[in-house]
Amino acid sequence: MNLSLRWLADYVKLDVTPKEFCAAMTLSGSKVEAFEEEKTKLDGFVVGKILSKKVHENADALFVCSVDMGGEAPVQIVTNAKNVQEGDLVPVATPGTTVHEGNESMTIKVAKVRGVESCGMFCGLETLGLTQNDFPYADPKSVFVLQEDCKPGQDVASALGVDDVSVEFEITSNRPDCLSVIGLAREASATFNVPLNVPAPQYHGSDEDITKTLSVEIQNREKCTRYVAGLVRNVKIAPSPRWMRERLRASGVRPINNLVDITNYVMLEYGQPMHAFDLRFVKDGRICVRNARSGEKITTLDGIERELSEEMLVIADTEKPIAVAGVMGGEYSGIMDDTVDVVFESAYFEPVQVRRTAKKLGMRTDASARYEKGLDETSMPVTLARALQLVEQLGAGEPVGTTIDCNYAKPQKPAIPFDAAWINAFLGTDIPEADMIKYLESLAIKVENGQCISPSFRIDLLRPADIAEEVARIYGYNNIPSTVIRGVAKAQLTPEQKFNRTIEQTMAGLGFSGILTYSFISPKYFDKIGLPSDSALRRTTTITNPLGEDTSVMQTTTIPGMLEILANNYNKRNNAAWLFEIGKEYLPTAPDKLPDEPHRLTVGMYGDEADFFTLKGTLEALMKKLGVADVIYTRCDDNCPYDEKSAFHPGRSAVIYAGGQAVGIFGEIHPNVQKTYGIGVRTYVAKLDIPTLFAVSVDEITYKPLPKFPAMTRDIALVCDEAIAVGTLESAIAEAVGRYLEKVELFDVYRGEQIEKGRKSVAFNIVMRNYEETMTTEQADAAMKRVCKALSKLGAELREA
Amino acid sequence: MKEQLKQIEEAAREQLAAVADLKALDELRVKFLGKKGELTGILKQMGKLSAEERPAMGQLANQVRSSLESMLADKTQALQSAAQNARLAAETLDITMPGKAPRTGRLHPLQIVENEVKEIFLGMGFSVADGPEVEYDYYNFEALNLPPDHPARDTQDTFYITDNILLRTQTSSVQVHVMETQKPPIRVISPGRVYRSDAVDATHSPLFHQIEGLVIDKGITMADLKGTLELLMQRLYGDDCKIRLRPHHFPFTEPSAEVDVMCFQCMGKGCRMCKNEGYIELLGAGMVHPWVLENSGIDSSVYSGFAFGLGLERIVMRRYNISDMRLLFENDTRFLEQFR
Repeated sequence: MNLSLRWLADYVKLDVTPKEFCAAMTLSGSKVEAFEEEKTKLDGFVVGKILSKKVHENADALFVCSVDMGGEAPVQIVTNAKNVQEGDLVPVATPGTTVHEGNESMTIKVAKVRGVESCGMFCGLETLGLTQNDFPYADPKSVFVLQEDCKPGQDVASALGVDDVSVEFEITSNRPDCLSVIGLAREASATFNVPLNVPAPQYHGSDEDITKTLSVEIQNREKCTRYVAGLVRNVKIAPSPRWMRERLRASGVRPINNLVDITNYVMLEYGQPMHAFDLRFVKDGRICVRNARSGEKITTLDGIERELSEEMLVIADTEKPIAVAGVMGGEYSGIMDDTVDVVFESAYFEPVQVRRTAKKLGMRTDASARYEKGLDETSMPVTLARALQLVEQLGAGEPVGTTIDCNYAKPQKPAIPFDAAWINAFLGTDIPEADMIKYLESLAIKVENGQCISPSFRIDLLRPADIAEEVARIYGYNNIPSTVIRGVAKAQLTPEQKFNRTIEQTMAGLGFSGILTYSFISPKYFDKIGLPSDSALRRTTTITNPLGEDTSVMQTTTIPGMLEILANNYNKRNNAAWLFEIGKEYLPTAPDKLPDEPHRLTVGMYGDEADFFTLKGTLEALMKKLGVADVIYTRCDDNCPYDEKSAFHPGRSAVIYAGGQAVGIFGEIHPNVQKTYGIGVRTYVAKLDIPTLFAVSVDEITYKPLPKFPAMTRDIALVCDEAIAVGTLESAIAEAVGRYLEKVELFDVYRGEQIEKGRKSVAFNIVMRNYEETMTTEQADAAMKRVCKALSKLGAELREA
Repeated sequence: MKEQLKQIEEAAREQLAAVADLKALDELRVKFLGKKGELTGILKQMGKLSAEERPAMGQLANQVRSSLESMLADKTQALQSAAQNARLAAETLDITMPGKAPRTGRLHPLQIVENEVKEIFLGMGFSVADGPEVEYDYYNFEALNLPPDHPARDTQDTFYITDNILLRTQTSSVQVHVMETQKPPIRVISPGRVYRSDAVDATHSPLFHQIEGLVIDKGITMADLKGTLELLMQRLYGDDCKIRLRPHHFPFTEPSAEVDVMCFQCMGKGCRMCKNEGYIELLGAGMVHPWVLENSGIDSSVYSGFAFGLGLERIVMRRYNISDMRLLFENDTRFLEQFR
């Protein structure tokens, strides 16, 4: 909503600068986005009077003018304008002024034009930022010869009345009453504590009986509760007067002609949309507000044919719809150059109805934006009267003195209890009751017998809390004290939240940087990681109105998102990346139910130090920190529970089981997938299932006494087939040693000289300890004998030292 | 004999002075004090002395021995400390050479600030609630006093999954879950992702982060809301940080406010960063609308409360002077490495 401060001054007299006005209005609840002093756009433009005009000595198409600029001596200006004559008043851009024409701008200088000095430039409408709508008499293609009452030397802004201040308000949806000059004047009156003066509109009108010509019938009285109509005879279509054009312009509305301008003017002034019909196109003079019929069509003012549906409300005559109620008029219903008689409409249409219709037809108009927020059901006769008053004032036609008012509006809403003590307790303030009443009355809210009677235009006031807000905003939000909440509340993170925090901190400690990726991905990402076409992960929670395909489905796997980020980093020539993210997967459940949103830890890395075992070691360290024990690694074979195994190198990937449950998958990315993502180095990714990890983790730590007896240590080196996994050897050793095993640790794997091809040498360090007494050498030797036996069963031979 | 003893002592002193290493020193020890050493040799001749001479000579011999021992000890210590000094000197490092750091990771700037805000509220007795991002219309809109066709729905361009299921546009949806499952007193914050169908540019993202706060108890006032937010901002931006409340409208709070924080670039004087306002809009807040309380089964005549929601990106971008929101989601390591 753009407000003209000059217009505002009709209703409330203020003695503040525009800046002070904006600041105070914002703090009382009418938020100002910006304000513009129109005259600043015309700095440097001065009225000049042409004293003489001669043909340029060196150019036939140019003229040299002597111009009275209000100074002591006339100045010389060279122009190519043919339409200026001696004695004309014209706008002159003086030296130093920057002028804009189209997309170009230039600064006026004193310069020689074909050898003759020129000290300025004559301007047309466009250069002044105006159009012919603002000054209909001006020739838009040439210099603007002023017909205004002004004198040489006067600044153009004041000469043309382009010196208003336009204030742009952001009006919230609960205050449609403030989408009007009078509504904002009322707010200003309360804010600055000055009186508001809005006279009731008066007009004379003819004695004609409107009902002889026009009838109104409301068929759907739920959706249209009031319809007021007036009639104007013998209209004279002409430009509206300058003051009206100025105000419309400052409000951001283009002046058209007097009749159209009047409807816009009243809408801006009162917030009530008005519509004007040409009586010729209201067949039989019978207006009917009804639902559209199935298949009915209307061509709206913008020239587009629109198909209506039965739930839409239309203004119709006996034959056809002539307007979509509250949204837009029909093409042939509006004001034309040869219009003689005009019907004015001021009506109340139910907000949801208007909103749905406008949305369905895809046209939001100034009118629909107001109707859909809810208007004052009592304002229709007043706004019609105001329109008719303006018609008389502008000499735009002859209003008929009688009007039609079809009123099915329900009686006033109930009063709201007023309790000053409660308001103070609610706000935490100590405002005297008398002050509260003063604030409320300045907003036209009556306080009587402990009740607030809110005015009809305040559709947002329903409860005591609403009244408290009115008091608070006029008292000033910033005058409310600041206090600390009383009482004690238990506060700590839940075990799950602490678990996530530990993951976050541990991963950062292990050298990985946190990232945040989008939760939605492209369905094509599934192909990029080679996901099987029948994978359940391809069943997604899908956005019906996405920004684009790339962000159209909620991710069912976090792996593609991580790969995208790794690829971006690789493309930017970052030579290494170690990244992690705690994010969510969105796994569909049943139709019309919400998906599950389990947390996942995704880890990704590439670069010199990145390899399978660094990633595995990271995950091991993390799980140890999280209290996840009994961890087993298996190959991503046919039993792999993760469909994303397609993204991994089959020989360099693993599924992690803990406590018997699959908790994640990790490994090197498959060369094909790496290629698809355009990553030129080996890349490693892990995905861990946080809820399952949490379920199998053990939070408690029980202290175990330090050993009192020494350990026995044995190293063992053996040779076996490549096919035998270190893990298999390790478990065999552990089982063979039995209860005194403290630790078995791999310390070397060797292939090469002295070892047959296809075989490897593996060395372990074994630590044994009896916590009850000193372990004897004999016991240790016996254990090692069992170890050797178990290993030879596996086909591993002890390697000679 | 007396002469001989004196000579030995002199000779030992001279030779010791010339010794330069511990090995030569040990040889000298053997030469003078060893079983076949010079002093031992002299002492073996004691028997030849008269009974009168023996005590005096014995005493002298012992004096010489202890003098020799002490000279040797001093020399040993001198040599050891010289050796130590030489080793220390030899081991001198160029301390300006770079350190060998283990690889360190860091959190994303949004995580850092979110954790900081969480800490502040945990300290004020708030707990942390989570809620679904894919949400029913009811929790995101309807239960927050935004019935279907409410014009305020326009201000939040919504991604829909079905007519009834959407991507939440505000963390306020968690308010309703909390009120359904907890009885007052309630004091929670809920950080999380929210979604709006805004095309990506320097200041917009279809996905961003909010932190919602909700307090419900007997006697909660708007002054409490103000005090709580003031405390938050002072913790985030320093004790001299000031806030300003402006009346606003949210369907689920009444009274509602937008909260500005004093521009920390110009401290309220007005500068380019705050568009000459002196204040920067940071969050929305208000007293929980009685309808919302009642709809969730809380008696609004007994309880009152406040709620607020702040945008995390805005705080992060201000704090680190990040001018393009896209950087936050690109996760370029050169960007990530700048945060601690």
